[in-house]
Amino acid sequence: MATSSVSKGCFVFKPNFKKRKISVPIEDYFNKGKDESEDSKLRFETYHLIWQQMKCETQRLQEELNKNLFDSLIEFLQKSHSGFQKNSKDWGSQIKLREIPTAALVLDLKHFLQKLVSQLMDCCVDVESKEEESAQKKTHCSMDSLSSWYTNVTQKTDPKMPRKKRTSSQWQSPPVVLILKDMESFTTKVLQDFIIISSQHLHEFPLILIFGIATSPIIIHRLLPHAVSSLLCIELFQSLSCKEHLTTVLDKLLLTTQFPFKLSEKVLQILTNIFLYHDFSIQNFIKGLQLSLLEHFYSQPLSVLCCSLPEAKRRIHSLSDNQCENIRRLPSFRRYVEKQASEKQVALLTDERFLKEEAQSLLENLYVYHTNYFLVLRCLHQFTSSLPKYPLGRQIRELYCTCLEKNIWDSEEYASALQLLRMLAKDELMTILEKCFKVFKSSSEKQLGSTAKKIEELLAQFQSLDEAKEEEDTSGSHSKGLQKTDLYHLQKSLLEMKELRRTSKKQTKFEVLREKVVNFIDSLVREYLLPPDTQPLHEAVYFSAAHTLREHLNAAPRVALHTALNNPYYYLKNEALKSEEGCIPNVAPDICIAYKLHLECSRLINLVDWSEAFATVVTAAEKMDANSITSEERNEIIHARFIRAVSELELLGFIKPTKQKTDHVARLTWGGC
Amino acid sequence: MAHLENLVLCRESQVSTLQSLFGERHHFSFPSIFIYGHTASGKTYVTQTLLKTLELPHVFVNCVECFTLRLLLEQILNKLNHLSSSEDACPTHITCETFNDFVRLFKQVTKAESLKDQTVYIVLDKAEYLRDMEANLLPGFLRLQELTDRNVTVILLSEIVWEKFRPNTGCFEPFVLYFPDYSIGNLQKILSHDHPPEYSADFYAAYINILLGVFYTVCRDLKELRHLAVLNFPKYCEPVVKGEASERDTRKLWRNVEPHLKKAMQTVYLREISSSQWEKIQKDDTDPGQLKGLSAYTHVELPYYSKFILIAAYLASYNPARTDKRFFLKHHGKIKKTNFLKKHEKTSNHLLGPKPFPLDRLLAILYSIVDSRVAATANIFSQCLRCWVSDLQRPHGAPCSAECFLSCRRTFLPTAFLELPLITSLVTLQLLTLVGHDDQLDGPKYKCTVSLDFIRAIARGPPKTCLQTHKNRLTMSSH
Repeated sequence: MATSSVSKGCFVFKPNFKKRKISVPIEDYFNKGKDESEDSKLRFETYHLIWQQMKCETQRLQEELNKNLFDSLIEFLQKSHSGFQKNSKDWGSQIKLREIPTAALVLDLKHFLQKLVSQLMDCCVDVESKEEESAQKKTHCSMDSLSSWYTNVTQKTDPKMPRKKRTSSQWQSPPVVLILKDMESFTTKVLQDFIIISSQHLHEFPLILIFGIATSPIIIHRLLPHAVSSLLCIELFQSLSCKEHLTTVLDKLLLTTQFPFKLSEKVLQILTNIFLYHDFSIQNFIKGLQLSLLEHFYSQPLSVLCCSLPEAKRRIHSLSDNQCENIRRLPSFRRYVEKQASEKQVALLTDERFLKEEAQSLLENLYVYHTNYFLVLRCLHQFTSSLPKYPLGRQIRELYCTCLEKNIWDSEEYASALQLLRMLAKDELMTILEKCFKVFKSSSEKQLGSTAKKIEELLAQFQSLDEAKEEEDTSGSHSKGLQKTDLYHLQKSLLEMKELRRTSKKQTKFEVLREKVVNFIDSLVREYLLPPDTQPLHEAVYFSAAHTLREHLNAAPRVALHTALNNPYYYLKNEALKSEEGCIPNVAPDICIAYKLHLECSRLINLVDWSEAFATVVTAAEKMDANSITSEERNEIIHARFIRAVSELELLGFIKPTKQKTDHVARLTWGGC
Repeated sequence: MAHLENLVLCRESQVSTLQSLFGERHHFSFPSIFIYGHTASGKTYVTQTLLKTLELPHVFVNCVECFTLRLLLEQILNKLNHLSSSEDACPTHITCETFNDFVRLFKQVTKAESLKDQTVYIVLDKAEYLRDMEANLLPGFLRLQELTDRNVTVILLSEIVWEKFRPNTGCFEPFVLYFPDYSIGNLQKILSHDHPPEYSADFYAAYINILLGVFYTVCRDLKELRHLAVLNFPKYCEPVVKGEASERDTRKLWRNVEPHLKKAMQTVYLREISSSQWEKIQKDDTDPGQLKGLSAYTHVELPYYSKFILIAAYLASYNPARTDKRFFLKHHGKIKKTNFLKKHEKTSNHLLGPKPFPLDRLLAILYSIVDSRVAATANIFSQCLRCWVSDLQRPHGAPCSAECFLSCRRTFLPTAFLELPLITSLVTLQLLTLVGHDDQLDGPKYKCTVSLDFIRAIARGPPKTCLQTHKNRLTMSSH
């Protein structure tokens, strides 16, 4: 683009708004250039549907979680409004919101007020829909104009809506609520001045402040001097801890059969780790979940089957030959086939119809497996969440991760948990059993109905034990002493008990019963908590491509940079650049050559040596057609190329100039990444 | 005049000085008057009541509100315009950009019939804000009488002494008037003045006496005292209302209210709990101990790596850099017992306050204290990238991200790069502060601003090993 300017400089060009949009329907991205047979459109639609459902669910969940907070806040707002007439203080309030601060920095009071005014007026325009003062907006941003605007608006509305006024008479002059997110990132001076001004205008401009604070409320005292904070009347509202929030979200989105989509252990681990280690952000977590959902439907052709059971059965019927072949290729399905009798194996591998029918029943099994799985998981969690030292984790998500990964009963933690369970006191055991009973009762499934009955029986036996208890209190006394204590004491008493058992193998009735309960839960776990990869067709619903997710959410730019410089073929895909490990292809871009050479140096790099090495490598490449230009000219060109490569490396932060030695630069990286 | 004395208590000498300065309506007064005194020493109140009761034409402007020159000047002119024009005529809005215009327009406005032949007063409250505006403003206002050739007096109100206002270039010296703090007797008199009508003045005076006995040692701010007096009065009257004591039974009343006031000093006065909550407690007669104050919520939840960064920052801030090798390296060689610490280092580092440290030192410490099991780099690095991406997508890129981007790319690519987003988030949470200029992109320095208690609380959290292994390092730095 050209300018009429004579001087050199940076010029801003606004982009042309020519219509160059080529709108591709989104579902076409799912095609991957392959043939249509893999139901890409259907997959996209399913993705869309499931995501909408999940999104609704999370929104509902968040509303519910914050309901308390909102209710008390609204109550506060209403209450404080009534106080305006008689009290001449500023009413401020404060909620504790857990947010990772966005850098929403307000620069000065002028902008602050300008924003306030324009936003308020804007929102009013929505209400009134015939305000005509847009021209005046930017010029007058003082508190005076605000308060006059306010009186204007309130007076205007009064005659217009007499009906509304009657119904809610206390809102004659509604307060203006100003929400300041991330209070910490406001400039203190602006905030102070604003509070001083607005407290002076309070009688004509009722204002309520809501501060969002991510750290602790003491920050108010740190930001505002006493003279200013004395103008505020602060009440505190605290929102839910973000960890609890995560637990609920997981509980409602993943630990349920409501949504067919599931995450594998590694993926779940990545998502929770990002949450716990880095940002504490539910929003990011849900974004990650959405990404994995999208990736699953994008990369897995069989994800068409990831929908509700009746729908999936219907879809199986219309599967193409290609898709049937995909099913046969699934590792889990192959394992399943191998276990079948030989005639059935042949039928499964050759007969499409038979395959489809079989797949239907397998899907049904998968569904049943999940229902049982979550019930038993919750039940097991009830047992393990109250144990000392939490051998299987305090949160259900930890337990879930272990169960997804492997056979939980093979782990040491499980063994120690069972051992601890064998030491539980009666009342503890009973409350846990009652909770489990509730878990089973809450589900309408019939498969585990007998389990609920069994628990009921056990409970009844415990109760009947009470009556029988009085008679034998000789050996019952020591089991009573084994209430919840620390691990050391528990182990000690465990040893003692073993000793006791060896000497007198007699057990009390309670101990027998307890053993029975523990065995019962153990058998449940062994039967139902099989890891999902044992289930045929699990690939259709489980997203397991943890590496792609990590690449997207947890990308490693440093590694990428190293790869690009060290192995340019990886990104450029030029056959000439293909090389064996460790040697420098001399046709590689200059910066790659310089980079590779610098990897071999120590902390200080001699520029002359480096340049010579560079020239050697480069000339090796050009020997064939070098005769056309004189050697001096060529040397100069190589020198220039070297300088450019070095300055590029400096820009990327690999080297920096140093004053320690002349003609040397300092290396800033170590090792080959 | 007797009326004025009723309105303004304990400021007789100042009022008479002002009155004699003002003189008769048509007299020229002193061009500018500078009034200063502590918070709540009655500067604004006295000036305002004086001008109002004498019905002098005046404009009252609060400089906090007028953050630009234009707003200030326009506000003065428009208010004057209101004064000069008759009630029903709606005056047009005057626009004024510079002080030059102001002088010209001021002449026009004061030409009006109603403002002729009498002194016009311009009162500028919180005048210290004028110092931050254009340099010509303050000298201009001080000699406004001379510049406009009109009968005008500018009164400046401030909490700061005149010496701090005087510009280097010199200016017209205003008449300086000092409002001294109220004595305890004055406070008693003023506070007793506004007794509620249903109780006798003596009864209220006795209450004020008790109140001042409790609060006078910590607070002499009249506004605050008045607020507290109103807030706690119902409690004082309680026995009288219930009929348990008569109004004269001062001893009993004192016994009833004194512990209550002491509690108020610890809570309401410090704004630990709000006055509305305090009123509620009073009404319900519940124990205020149940209600947690603001500072009770000290617990801060931070992500895993943020915790470690904060701890590392604390260690870097309070330990001398020389000692790093000894504390954080496994094979640090022999330590010379003698003269390990230099003389000035023997004083507790916590008394000296945090010292700035460069970013790479923080990172070096961080990597040594984070459990080696946790591969930190990739995760945090990506965190950084995500930060960029989201920032770049935003229409107005945040300044901190640009800084992050540049400093990462230029100097810190190898290591520092990785943690920057977390660190910047800690800076915005005011747990760390950036030392030096914002625009210093290469090698930013930070300070850790949290207290030892806070760090201890953080270190006590879930990654337990952290406290155990680094306890000695923390204590090392604290003795």
